[in-house]
Amino acid sequence: METLSLLRLIPLVPLLGTGANIFFGARLGRKNAGLLASAAVAFSFLLSLWIFVLLPATGSFRDTLFTWIESGSFKAQISFQVDALTAVMLLVVTGIGFLIHLYSLGYMGHDEGMVRYFAYLNLFIFFMLLLVLADNLLLLFVGWEGVGLCSYLLIGFWHQDHTNTIAGNKAFIVNRIGDFGFLLGILLLVWELGGQGVWGIDFITLKGSAHLLAPEKVTLITLLLFAGATGKSAQIPLYVWLPDAMQGPTPVSALIHAATMVTAGVYMTARLHFLFTLAPATLAVIAAIGALTALFAATIALAQNDIKRVLAYSTVSQLGYMFLAVGVGAFSAAIFHLFTHAFFKACLFLTAGSVIHGLQGEQDMRKMGGLKERMPITYWSHLIAALAISGAPLTAGFFSKDQIIWQAYTGPNGTVCLWLMAWITAGLTAFYMFRQLFMVFHGECRAAEHVRSHIHESPRVMTVPLIVLAFGSVFAGWLGPPEFMWGSAWDRWLGPLFGAVEEVAHGDKGQEIFFMLFTLAIAGAGLYLAYLAYLRGINFPGYLSSWAAGFPYRLLVNKYYIDELYDLLWVRPFTGISTWLAKFFDVAIIDGIVNGVAERVRGSGLFWRRLQSGNIQHYLLGFLTGTLMMLAYYLYR
Amino acid sequence: MVPLNYYLLLSAVLFVIGAAGVLIRRDLIVILMSVELMLNAVNLTFIAFARSLGSMDGQVIVFFVMTVAAAEAVVGLAIIISVFRHHRTLDPRQMQLLKW
Repeated sequence: METLSLLRLIPLVPLLGTGANIFFGARLGRKNAGLLASAAVAFSFLLSLWIFVLLPATGSFRDTLFTWIESGSFKAQISFQVDALTAVMLLVVTGIGFLIHLYSLGYMGHDEGMVRYFAYLNLFIFFMLLLVLADNLLLLFVGWEGVGLCSYLLIGFWHQDHTNTIAGNKAFIVNRIGDFGFLLGILLLVWELGGQGVWGIDFITLKGSAHLLAPEKVTLITLLLFAGATGKSAQIPLYVWLPDAMQGPTPVSALIHAATMVTAGVYMTARLHFLFTLAPATLAVIAAIGALTALFAATIALAQNDIKRVLAYSTVSQLGYMFLAVGVGAFSAAIFHLFTHAFFKACLFLTAGSVIHGLQGEQDMRKMGGLKERMPITYWSHLIAALAISGAPLTAGFFSKDQIIWQAYTGPNGTVCLWLMAWITAGLTAFYMFRQLFMVFHGECRAAEHVRSHIHESPRVMTVPLIVLAFGSVFAGWLGPPEFMWGSAWDRWLGPLFGAVEEVAHGDKGQEIFFMLFTLAIAGAGLYLAYLAYLRGINFPGYLSSWAAGFPYRLLVNKYYIDELYDLLWVRPFTGISTWLAKFFDVAIIDGIVNGVAERVRGSGLFWRRLQSGNIQHYLLGFLTGTLMMLAYYLYR
Repeated sequence: MVPLNYYLLLSAVLFVIGAAGVLIRRDLIVILMSVELMLNAVNLTFIAFARSLGSMDGQVIVFFVMTVAAAEAVVGLAIIISVFRHHRTLDPRQMQLLKW
């Protein structure tokens, strides 16, 4: 634990970038505003890199700014810390964040609101850094809410279109539901620890005194905290906001709704691993929800036609993998997948953005096709990232996802059932990713005539981030291969942090290789089926979609009618009650009381004003009568 | 010597006449005269008590009252003249502009 007061600069510089863009953005001009914002994030990235180099394997840096809340023995500070986990998150957030800032310079270059866009983006980076740097749960919560706010602002960035603002509201409200649980969890934690005489909220105190808590309380606390994670990280039952969040600009989808913010829930569970491991019941719930979400979202992704929605459901599915890993107790595997996923999913979103950019806003994959020659860099980046997410050998997804699938079976809490769900999901992932690839880049061009003539490769400011991310999609995984290959630098880096908590399953080598081949087989099968269906034109999807009167297909296209179900269960009753309150209760009761009081006052005024006749002799009579009455009172009392 | 009660009775009668005049009469000048009558009824009481108690205090107050009454008559008559120029009448019932 060393003090390093440079730490505060990492989040503060992007915050200054936001301030500069808000107050002087109009004067700077759009281009300079974007460059300024990018420079701020680049600075944070370089600083993070330097701190990463300085950081000893098991130590940590700390920077305390001031005491934030002090009440009796309770104390919370504005204080940052960097340990192995935070260092990794810092690099992901600032590194990918910087690339996406660069990309946005090209993508948003013609947009009226570019200054506002970059102000929001920098603000997001600030809150995300606050979230990962926080050394206590309250400060983490501030960052947690802040990134939610930025997500809302950026989803509804093009607010002239009403559907965008609705999507923003949906994201915000669904997140609030989860955050309510999260806040309750924090309060319960503080309350219960306070009952044991420990008044503190920083992670070191929590770690030192977690064993004081009663087991059933720990289960309740962790379940509440996980409720927050299901909202932020889009797990069942609160995942519904993420697909709609695709209404925002595509770089935002890449940064916030794929690479960083949605992984906050995974980060939080890893940060509080010492609590979660004390609650086996919660871990079982997390594993089940993670596996279920992975499978469920992957099936929806099969039938979507919007290029970004496929990726959105894919993100939900991959986040499910991460929670599956958390649930089976493989925290470092979860963070590893978070790390690699950030590269290839950001890459996929940015290539999708590049395609949308080239096709003048077209998002329907049925109107694409044949873009391979026209947009070669985009194509190759997309291909590499798609291979990575499908788990092709030696790519990033291969190492991180296989580790999770294997741990789902052999990990401390692994079961056959979890493994089976994760395994099937791997096949589905390969299928829908290559369905997308073939529909967008291969075959005939199905775009409208006037669009077709304008298809072009994106400018270099957009393609360079694609190339960097494509490289990351391959090589990021090489940090954490299984033990029998060249040993995992990743586990050596993060292992000490999770320490005794994580008993990495070191099953026998043969079993691990067998599992790996098994997963490769299903991924390969998925890829091959996509090839047959969308490149060779063997129309079995057409046959499947009409199978059983098309019912299963309609179920998938309509996303299992979950939005409709929620609408029926929650939104309608809620708006019904609100409407009743507004139309009846507010008008009749609240307004009735206010207007009634005013009416009575007016009525009595109308009555008593008759006293004011204007005739001076009447007043004098009143004057005399009053005097006489007072006199009588004093004389005869 | 005339007993104190007689004076008090007289001043009470004068005061009531004055008060009735203020309340009943329809002419501002008469109303002002009635106010003077009430003041003088009070003066008479003061004088009677001063005499009866052998104290000068009452008589001093009467001088004050007379001074104030003179000033009041000046201001009051000036207002009445001004009102008359405006309304061409001295009936207080016609002057109700300040009601409500």
